[in-house]
Amino acid sequence: MADTNLIDIYIMGERHRVPDSLTILQAFEYAGYKLIRGVGCRGGFCGACATVYRLPGDYHLKFVLACQTRVEPDMQLTMVPFYPANRSTYRLSELKGEAKEVLDLYPEMLRCLGCNTCTKSCPQDIDVLGYVSAIVRGDLAAAADISFDCIMCGLCVSRCPAELVKHNAALLSRRIYGRKLAKKSAHLARRREEVTAGKFMADLAGLKKQSKDEMKKRYAERDIEKGE
Amino acid sequence: MSYPSNMQDSLNLVVASRERRMSETFPRATAEAKDELLKGFHPDYRAETFATLRVGPNSGDRTPRELADLLEADSTLPEVDSLKSNIQNPDHDCDILIIGGGGAGCAAAIMADDAGARVMIATKLRLGDANTMMAQGGIQAADKDNDSPAIHYVDVMGGGHFANTPDLVEALVTDAPEAIGWLEDLGAMFDKNPDGSMKTIHGGGTSRRRMHTARDYTGAEIMRTLRDEVRSRDTIRLLEFSPAVELLTNDKGAVTGAVLLNLNLNRYSVVRAKVVIVATGGSGRLHYQGFPTSNHYGATGDGLVLAYRAGAHLAFIDTMQYHPTGAAYPQQILGQLVTEKVRSIGAQLVNSEGEQFIFPLETRDVVASAIIRECQRGKCVTTPTAVQGVWLDTPMIEIHRGAGSVKRELPAMVRQFGRHGIDITKEPMLVYPTLHYQNGGVEITADCATNVTGLLVAGEASGGVHGRNRLMGNSLLDVVVFGRRAGVVAANQAKERTGDLQLGLAHVERWRRDLQQKGLGSEVKSPLLLPDYTRKAS
Repeated sequence: MADTNLIDIYIMGERHRVPDSLTILQAFEYAGYKLIRGVGCRGGFCGACATVYRLPGDYHLKFVLACQTRVEPDMQLTMVPFYPANRSTYRLSELKGEAKEVLDLYPEMLRCLGCNTCTKSCPQDIDVLGYVSAIVRGDLAAAADISFDCIMCGLCVSRCPAELVKHNAALLSRRIYGRKLAKKSAHLARRREEVTAGKFMADLAGLKKQSKDEMKKRYAERDIEKGE
Repeated sequence: MSYPSNMQDSLNLVVASRERRMSETFPRATAEAKDELLKGFHPDYRAETFATLRVGPNSGDRTPRELADLLEADSTLPEVDSLKSNIQNPDHDCDILIIGGGGAGCAAAIMADDAGARVMIATKLRLGDANTMMAQGGIQAADKDNDSPAIHYVDVMGGGHFANTPDLVEALVTDAPEAIGWLEDLGAMFDKNPDGSMKTIHGGGTSRRRMHTARDYTGAEIMRTLRDEVRSRDTIRLLEFSPAVELLTNDKGAVTGAVLLNLNLNRYSVVRAKVVIVATGGSGRLHYQGFPTSNHYGATGDGLVLAYRAGAHLAFIDTMQYHPTGAAYPQQILGQLVTEKVRSIGAQLVNSEGEQFIFPLETRDVVASAIIRECQRGKCVTTPTAVQGVWLDTPMIEIHRGAGSVKRELPAMVRQFGRHGIDITKEPMLVYPTLHYQNGGVEITADCATNVTGLLVAGEASGGVHGRNRLMGNSLLDVVVFGRRAGVVAANQAKERTGDLQLGLAHVERWRRDLQQKGLGSEVKSPLLLPDYTRKAS
């Protein structure tokens, strides 16, 4: 790190001098924090390191993932590693697959004010208000599609003036869609039956008995389906 | 301008050759050429980075030094005598203790709960904090009419260099369609065609298009579905931030529980269980040979250490998977995964001169070796922080499949690079191999049984399924198939096991004696639990 520039950042109010090449997560560690909370996959998929910051002279709040965001000079930041979020009690297998079930389990969705603060606070740039609206109007296909890239970090929940736990309602919408509403795959149903009936057992028993050389030959000669 | 000026000349060559390359298919390597590449360039063949184990069931076997250090280390527990009274009075009692709350652990919990067992999950961080969550590209299953479990079997064996345990491969490919169906029944959403058929693509080393995808959030979709199902069941008890630091055994050496450590409170607790399932995942955070990793923060190989100390035999611990395409630029995301799906849907690998050098969908070990070779012979780009890499030409996907296809198929990748000012729909990515997967682990049977009574293992912590190299899409499949199996088998075993559940640490005392006899010190302690990145600037 020969040509590293050092900058000041403020972690929960405390000043730390860190290389400007670091992510916020790395800057915590550089400063000496050995994290248990606020760290997870370190790759932008788990939502553990939701972070809020402000820059000097700018009243706007910024919402990011600490593992995916580079530090900036004089940023004032805190992680929000946990935010209370009620989860309704249900068993998916006992639901009928109707759109109104999401509203039955999360009736507060109807309190949405349409302020769009959720969308502005999403580090994934998801149209959160868009999927909340879809849930309210009973379009679970749209809710599932719009919310699909949600990593459930909870920042939208923390900012909602109507106190909605959106990410849980979105998860339920996706699960209902995936189980009940998505068109079924005929080939999958067929193959599950064939496996249950033991259709492939003899083929596999034969393959398992093959010597390494026989397998090598078979592998080298296999035909490969064209296309991507 | 998103790439620094010193990388621009090479970038221009990539752009200049793109139109020509669009119609070029780089020939697949022969078996001999692959062998040569692996022996010459794969990290598994750098003998000086390995150590020979001196103690335990695998004495005499080779493994990376970093893993050997932990396998040969002392327990983190204090003197066993000082713990005896605490251990006799367990804080928790259950039929099945599942250590690890990732894909395998959650799948096992659901199946065991279905079978009526009293299940407890203890996990190091939050439920779902696991490599499963980070898997992007897909999950394999031979469910199309032109495919079969037997064809899948041959692909898996070839990918693993014919070293895989046949019974495990048979289980993997046979259970695969059921695994997909089960996930869908739990509400997981896979990418589909308008008629409801699965959209399936190739992965490296597949002979059929059998990769099922959920955009490039496939693992996240599976993990959050399983996690929510676990949370739906109040019969499953959950302890988060509570990794196991040692297994407990009875006087016959059978596993009967575990000692957990609450990381928030720094407090031990004791669990008694009729069966323990270790589903702790991999070990990328040990950074073998100094490689960056695509793995979760908690991937420190804890389960291998615990099982090994309790007498479990390990298999294939001399082979790790280096994913060919880890991010090499920008520095902030160094080593983070660039999914193989990028190549599956049409991006080529290109060296600094703008030329292809390998068929993009060879198996991972072969592609990684080819990239390392290009860099060793200077046909790579060096970043301002002295990281080497080659290009992965993502704009080809847009040309090939139409505008908008990259954003539709690879939203996570678009975000990950977009956050650092690189638009992968217009510019290629710079990549270099990253430590990705632990090919081996605790040796298991198709029932997830180990050589230790009362101990089952599933998922990345196990060894044998993938031989010496895993195919894309077979790890998500592995965690679901073997997680489910472990849950069912454990529930059955728990019904049969009634007595013999004394809790002891005789195996730890014996281990300490063995260390002493071999003249091994007790300075290094394991399991590691978490890597230490404090006060480091990279």
